[in-house]
Amino acid sequence: MSDLPAEVQGWIGEKRYPIESEFDVERGYIFSSCASAENGNPLFWDEKVAQAVTGGFIAPPSMISVWFRPHFWTPDRTEEGKPLQCHFDLKDSLALPEAIIADNTIVFGEPVRIGDRLSTYQVIRSVSELKTTKLGTGRFWVLDVVYENQKGELVGTESYTGFGYRRDS
Amino acid sequence: MSANLTIGEVEKGQSLPDLSIDVGVTNVVLGALASRDWRPMHHDKDFAVERNGTRHVFVNTPHNAAYFERYITDWTGPLGRLGRIKFQMKDSVFPGDTMVFNGEVDEVRVDERGCAWADVRVELRVGGEVTTECTASVAIPQGEDDNPWKRRGEDWQP
Repeated sequence: MSDLPAEVQGWIGEKRYPIESEFDVERGYIFSSCASAENGNPLFWDEKVAQAVTGGFIAPPSMISVWFRPHFWTPDRTEEGKPLQCHFDLKDSLALPEAIIADNTIVFGEPVRIGDRLSTYQVIRSVSELKTTKLGTGRFWVLDVVYENQKGELVGTESYTGFGYRRDS
Repeated sequence: MSANLTIGEVEKGQSLPDLSIDVGVTNVVLGALASRDWRPMHHDKDFAVERNGTRHVFVNTPHNAAYFERYITDWTGPLGRLGRIKFQMKDSVFPGDTMVFNGEVDEVRVDERGCAWADVRVELRVGGEVTTECTASVAIPQGEDDNPWKRRGEDWQP
Protein backbone atom coordinates (compact mmCIF):
# COMPACT_ATOMS: atom_id res chain seq x y z
CA MET A 1 0.00 0.00 0.00
CA SER A 2 1.30 3.46 -0.88
CA ASP A 3 2.40 5.68 1.99
CA LEU A 4 1.69 8.78 -0.10
CA PRO A 5 -0.90 11.29 1.09
CA ALA A 6 -4.26 10.80 -0.67
CA GLU A 7 -3.95 14.26 -2.20
CA VAL A 8 -0.70 13.28 -3.94
CA GLN A 9 -2.06 9.91 -5.06
CA GLY A 10 -4.96 11.77 -6.70
CA TRP A 11 -2.58 14.00 -8.65
CA ILE A 12 -0.77 11.11 -10.36
CA GLY A 13 -1.80 10.85 -14.02
CA GLU A 14 -4.02 13.95 -13.84
CA LYS A 15 -3.71 16.68 -16.51
CA ARG A 16 -2.89 19.75 -14.42
CA TYR A 17 -2.12 23.44 -14.83
CA PRO A 18 -3.13 23.98 -18.47
CA ILE A 19 -1.83 27.44 -19.28
CA GLU A 20 -1.01 29.64 -22.23
CA SER A 21 2.35 31.39 -22.35
CA GLU A 22 2.35 34.95 -21.00
CA PHE A 23 4.00 36.24 -24.18
CA ASP A 24 4.71 35.35 -27.81
CA VAL A 25 7.94 33.61 -28.78
CA GLU A 26 10.39 36.41 -29.51
CA ARG A 27 13.96 36.86 -30.62
CA GLY A 28 15.33 38.76 -27.61
CA TYR A 29 15.40 35.69 -25.40
CA ILE A 30 16.69 33.62 -28.31
CA PHE A 31 19.71 35.93 -28.65
CA SER A 32 20.32 35.77 -24.89
CA SER A 33 20.06 31.99 -24.84
CA CYS A 34 22.43 31.64 -27.80
CA ALA A 35 24.83 34.07 -26.11
CA SER A 36 24.71 32.10 -22.87
CA ALA A 37 25.88 28.96 -24.70
CA GLU A 38 27.92 30.78 -27.35
CA ASN A 39 25.72 29.10 -29.96
CA GLY A 40 26.51 30.49 -33.42
CA ASN A 41 24.06 28.29 -35.34
CA PRO A 42 23.01 30.50 -38.30
CA LEU A 43 19.41 29.27 -37.96
CA PHE A 44 19.13 31.79 -35.13
CA TRP A 45 21.30 34.60 -36.51
CA ASP A 46 21.16 34.58 -40.35
CA GLU A 47 17.79 35.23 -41.97
CA LYS A 48 18.79 33.76 -45.35
CA VAL A 49 19.87 30.49 -43.77
CA ALA A 50 16.79 30.40 -41.54
CA GLN A 51 14.53 31.00 -44.52
CA ALA A 52 16.20 28.32 -46.61
CA VAL A 53 16.39 25.64 -43.91
CA THR A 54 13.41 26.17 -41.61
CA GLY A 55 11.21 28.59 -43.56
CA GLY A 56 12.07 31.49 -41.23
CA PHE A 57 13.52 32.07 -37.79
CA ILE A 58 12.80 29.44 -35.16
CA ALA A 59 13.77 29.12 -31.49
CA PRO A 60 16.49 26.73 -30.34
CA PRO A 61 14.64 23.53 -29.45
CA SER A 62 16.28 23.43 -26.00
CA MET A 63 14.46 26.67 -25.11
CA ILE A 64 11.09 24.94 -25.04
CA SER A 65 10.48 25.51 -21.32
CA VAL A 66 11.58 29.14 -21.42
CA TRP A 67 8.33 30.42 -22.91
CA PHE A 68 6.36 29.29 -19.87
CA ARG A 69 8.44 30.58 -17.06
CA PRO A 70 6.31 33.23 -15.37
CA HIS A 71 7.35 36.86 -15.16
CA PHE A 72 9.12 37.45 -11.85
CA TRP A 73 6.60 40.18 -11.10
CA THR A 74 3.34 41.41 -12.57
CA PRO A 75 0.99 44.16 -11.34
CA ASP A 76 -1.80 41.73 -10.49
CA ARG A 77 0.13 39.00 -8.72
CA THR A 78 1.20 39.13 -5.10
CA GLU A 79 3.22 35.91 -4.96
CA GLU A 80 6.33 34.92 -6.86
CA GLY A 81 5.40 32.82 -9.88
CA LYS A 82 6.84 29.31 -10.01
CA PRO A 83 7.45 27.23 -13.11
CA LEU A 84 6.90 23.48 -12.83
CA GLN A 85 4.12 24.07 -10.32
CA CYS A 86 3.57 20.31 -9.83
CA HIS A 87 7.18 20.05 -8.65
CA PHE A 88 6.51 22.68 -5.99
CA ASP A 89 3.13 21.16 -5.10
CA LEU A 90 4.90 17.88 -4.36
CA LYS A 91 7.55 19.62 -2.27
CA ASP A 92 4.87 21.35 -0.22
CA SER A 93 2.50 18.42 0.15
CA LEU A 94 5.29 15.99 1.06
CA ALA A 95 6.99 18.53 3.38
CA LEU A 96 10.30 18.29 1.53
CA PRO A 97 11.89 21.75 1.68
CA GLU A 98 14.68 21.22 -0.85
CA ALA A 99 14.55 19.76 -4.35
CA ILE A 100 16.71 19.23 -7.40
CA ILE A 101 16.02 18.15 -10.97
CA ALA A 102 18.11 15.02 -11.47
CA ASP A 103 17.15 13.99 -14.98
CA ASN A 104 15.56 15.72 -17.96
CA THR A 105 14.37 14.23 -21.28
CA ILE A 106 12.99 16.40 -24.08
CA VAL A 107 11.34 15.07 -27.24
CA PHE A 108 10.91 17.71 -29.92
CA GLY A 109 8.01 18.06 -32.34
CA GLU A 110 7.15 20.92 -34.67
CA PRO A 111 9.70 23.76 -34.58
CA VAL A 112 8.81 26.74 -32.37
CA ARG A 113 8.58 29.85 -34.53
CA ILE A 114 8.84 33.56 -33.80
CA GLY A 115 5.37 34.85 -32.89
CA ASP A 116 4.03 31.47 -31.74
CA ARG A 117 1.85 31.52 -28.65
CA LEU A 118 2.38 28.19 -26.92
CA SER A 119 0.30 26.35 -24.35
CA THR A 120 1.20 23.62 -21.89
CA TYR A 121 -0.02 21.25 -19.22
CA GLN A 122 1.71 19.08 -16.61
CA VAL A 123 1.24 15.44 -15.61
CA ILE A 124 2.81 13.76 -12.54
CA ARG A 125 3.72 10.27 -13.69
CA SER A 126 5.07 8.74 -10.46
CA VAL A 127 6.32 9.42 -6.92
CA SER A 128 8.75 7.00 -5.24
CA GLU A 129 8.94 5.66 -1.74
CA LEU A 130 11.30 7.41 0.69
CA LYS A 131 14.96 7.08 -0.30
CA THR A 132 18.22 8.38 1.19
CA THR A 133 20.90 9.92 -1.04
CA LYS A 134 24.00 12.02 -0.32
CA LEU A 135 21.76 15.10 -0.40
CA GLY A 136 19.32 13.86 2.23
CA THR A 137 16.18 11.76 2.62
CA GLY A 138 13.25 12.28 0.29
CA ARG A 139 11.39 11.06 -2.77
CA PHE A 140 11.96 10.97 -6.52
CA TRP A 141 9.17 11.98 -8.86
CA VAL A 142 8.65 12.00 -12.63
CA LEU A 143 6.80 14.93 -14.14
CA ASP A 144 5.86 15.43 -17.81
CA VAL A 145 5.33 18.86 -19.32
CA VAL A 146 3.54 18.82 -22.70
CA TYR A 147 3.87 21.79 -25.07
CA GLU A 148 1.63 22.70 -28.03
CA ASN A 149 1.49 25.62 -30.42
CA GLN A 150 -1.53 27.78 -31.26
CA LYS A 151 -2.55 25.27 -33.96
CA GLY A 152 -2.70 22.47 -31.41
CA GLU A 153 0.44 20.85 -32.83
CA LEU A 154 2.78 19.12 -30.40
CA VAL A 155 6.04 21.05 -30.21
CA GLY A 156 7.59 18.98 -27.44
CA THR A 157 7.34 16.95 -24.27
CA GLU A 158 9.69 17.31 -21.35
CA SER A 159 10.04 14.65 -18.67
CA TYR A 160 11.73 15.67 -15.44
CA THR A 161 12.92 13.45 -12.63
CA GLY A 162 12.95 15.52 -9.45
CA PHE A 163 14.25 14.63 -6.01
CA GLY A 164 12.63 16.43 -3.09
CA TYR A 165 14.49 16.04 0.16
CA ARG A 166 15.23 17.14 3.68
CA ARG A 167 18.91 17.66 4.46
CA ASP A 168 20.08 15.12 7.06
CA SER A 169 21.47 16.85 10.14
CA MET B 1 30.16 25.34 -36.40
CA SER B 2 30.86 22.78 -39.12
CA ALA B 3 29.36 22.72 -42.60
CA ASN B 4 26.36 20.47 -42.97
CA LEU B 5 27.14 16.86 -42.16
CA THR B 6 25.48 14.08 -44.14
CA ILE B 7 24.70 10.69 -42.63
CA GLY B 8 27.22 8.98 -44.93
CA GLU B 9 29.96 10.84 -43.09
CA VAL B 10 28.88 9.41 -39.71
CA GLU B 11 29.70 6.00 -38.29
CA LYS B 12 29.27 4.17 -35.03
CA GLY B 13 32.10 4.86 -32.60
CA GLN B 14 33.02 8.15 -34.26
CA SER B 15 34.12 10.87 -31.85
CA LEU B 16 32.63 14.34 -31.84
CA PRO B 17 35.15 17.19 -31.55
CA ASP B 18 35.90 18.20 -27.94
CA LEU B 19 34.66 21.56 -26.71
CA SER B 20 36.05 23.44 -23.71
CA ILE B 21 34.30 26.39 -22.05
CA ASP B 22 35.40 28.41 -19.01
CA VAL B 23 32.48 29.31 -16.74
CA GLY B 24 32.24 32.59 -14.85
CA VAL B 25 29.54 34.06 -12.64
CA THR B 26 28.26 36.08 -15.60
CA ASN B 27 27.80 32.89 -17.67
CA VAL B 28 25.74 31.31 -14.89
CA VAL B 29 23.57 34.39 -14.38
CA LEU B 30 23.14 35.03 -18.11
CA GLY B 31 22.03 31.43 -18.66
CA ALA B 32 19.53 31.65 -15.81
CA LEU B 33 18.06 34.96 -16.96
CA ALA B 34 17.98 33.91 -20.64
CA SER B 35 15.87 30.96 -19.54
CA ARG B 36 13.71 33.18 -17.31
CA ASP B 37 14.81 31.28 -14.21
CA TRP B 38 14.69 33.79 -11.37
CA ARG B 39 15.46 31.30 -8.60
CA PRO B 40 18.17 32.73 -6.34
CA MET B 41 20.52 29.74 -6.36
CA HIS B 42 21.45 30.76 -9.91
CA HIS B 43 22.40 34.36 -9.08
CA ASP B 44 22.73 34.73 -5.27
CA LYS B 45 25.82 33.02 -3.85
CA ASP B 46 24.72 33.41 -0.21
CA PHE B 47 21.43 31.69 -0.97
CA ALA B 48 23.13 28.89 -2.92
CA VAL B 49 25.60 28.22 -0.10
CA GLU B 50 23.23 28.55 2.84
CA ARG B 51 20.06 26.99 1.42
CA ASN B 52 21.31 24.56 -1.21
CA GLY B 53 24.55 23.60 0.49
CA THR B 54 26.54 24.22 -2.70
CA ARG B 55 29.79 26.15 -2.94
CA HIS B 56 28.51 28.83 -5.32
CA VAL B 57 25.70 29.64 -7.75
CA PHE B 58 25.40 26.96 -10.41
CA VAL B 59 24.33 26.41 -14.04
CA ASN B 60 20.58 25.72 -14.30
CA THR B 61 18.87 22.94 -16.26
CA PRO B 62 17.79 24.87 -19.39
CA HIS B 63 21.25 26.44 -19.66
CA ASN B 64 22.75 22.97 -19.46
CA ALA B 65 20.40 21.91 -22.27
CA ALA B 66 21.45 24.93 -24.34
CA TYR B 67 25.11 23.93 -24.02
CA PHE B 68 24.38 20.35 -25.14
CA GLU B 69 22.30 21.55 -28.09
CA ARG B 70 25.11 23.87 -29.14
CA TYR B 71 27.71 21.07 -28.81
CA ILE B 72 25.71 18.64 -30.97
CA THR B 73 24.67 21.11 -33.68
CA ASP B 74 28.18 22.56 -33.86
CA TRP B 75 29.04 19.07 -35.11
CA THR B 76 26.10 18.53 -37.49
CA GLY B 77 25.72 22.03 -38.91
CA PRO B 78 22.35 23.82 -39.15
CA LEU B 79 20.58 21.01 -41.04
CA GLY B 80 20.98 18.75 -38.02
CA ARG B 81 17.66 18.60 -36.18
CA LEU B 82 17.46 17.42 -32.58
CA GLY B 83 14.71 14.87 -32.03
CA ARG B 84 15.36 13.80 -28.48
CA ILE B 85 17.78 14.73 -25.75
CA LYS B 86 18.16 13.28 -22.28
CA PHE B 87 20.56 14.38 -19.65
CA GLN B 88 21.34 13.34 -16.14
CA MET B 89 23.08 15.80 -13.88
CA LYS B 90 25.41 14.13 -11.40
CA ASP B 91 26.96 17.30 -10.08
CA SER B 92 26.64 21.02 -10.63
CA VAL B 93 28.81 23.37 -12.66
CA PHE B 94 30.11 26.42 -10.77
CA PRO B 95 31.91 29.66 -11.63
CA GLY B 96 35.61 28.96 -12.03
CA ASP B 97 34.98 25.53 -13.57
CA THR B 98 36.13 24.61 -17.08
CA MET B 99 33.54 22.49 -18.83
CA VAL B 100 34.83 19.93 -21.32
CA PHE B 101 32.34 18.26 -23.64
CA ASN B 102 33.16 15.09 -25.51
CA GLY B 103 30.89 12.77 -27.42
CA GLU B 104 30.66 9.59 -29.45
CA VAL B 105 28.22 8.15 -31.97
CA ASP B 106 26.40 5.17 -30.46
CA GLU B 107 24.34 4.25 -33.49
CA VAL B 108 23.52 5.33 -37.03
CA ARG B 109 20.08 4.33 -38.33
CA VAL B 110 17.28 5.17 -40.75
CA ASP B 111 13.73 4.99 -39.36
CA GLU B 112 10.68 3.58 -41.14
CA ARG B 113 9.83 7.03 -42.52
CA GLY B 114 13.25 7.34 -44.15
CA CYS B 115 14.71 9.79 -41.65
CA ALA B 116 18.41 9.25 -40.89
CA TRP B 117 19.50 9.51 -37.26
CA ALA B 118 22.70 9.59 -35.27
CA ASP B 119 22.31 8.54 -31.64
CA VAL B 120 25.09 10.19 -29.67
CA ARG B 121 26.36 10.01 -26.12
CA VAL B 122 27.92 13.15 -24.70
CA GLU B 123 29.71 13.67 -21.41
CA LEU B 124 30.32 16.96 -19.69
CA ARG B 125 33.34 16.85 -17.43
CA VAL B 126 34.77 19.29 -14.94
CA GLY B 127 38.24 18.54 -13.59
CA GLY B 128 38.06 15.09 -15.18
CA GLU B 129 34.85 14.18 -13.35
CA VAL B 130 31.59 13.66 -15.25
CA THR B 131 29.02 16.20 -14.09
CA THR B 132 26.36 15.52 -16.73
CA GLU B 133 25.70 12.59 -19.02
CA CYS B 134 23.63 13.15 -22.13
CA THR B 135 22.18 10.97 -24.86
CA ALA B 136 20.58 12.51 -27.91
CA SER B 137 19.10 11.58 -31.27
CA VAL B 138 19.78 14.03 -34.04
CA ALA B 139 18.37 13.80 -37.56
CA ILE B 140 21.02 14.29 -40.24
CA PRO B 141 20.47 14.74 -44.00
CA GLN B 142 20.99 11.69 -46.21
CA GLY B 143 22.22 13.89 -49.03
CA GLU B 144 22.22 17.40 -50.45
CA ASP B 145 18.48 17.27 -51.24
CA ASP B 146 17.42 16.07 -47.78
CA ASN B 147 16.37 18.48 -45.04
CA PRO B 148 15.18 16.96 -41.74
CA TRP B 149 13.53 20.28 -40.81
CA LYS B 150 10.96 19.76 -43.58
CA ARG B 151 9.63 16.60 -41.93
CA ARG B 152 6.21 17.00 -40.34
CA GLY B 153 3.52 14.82 -38.80
CA GLU B 154 4.05 11.10 -39.38
CA ASP B 155 7.35 11.76 -41.14
CA TRP B 156 8.86 13.08 -37.88
CA GLN B 157 9.21 10.25 -35.34
CA PRO B 158 11.78 11.27 -32.73
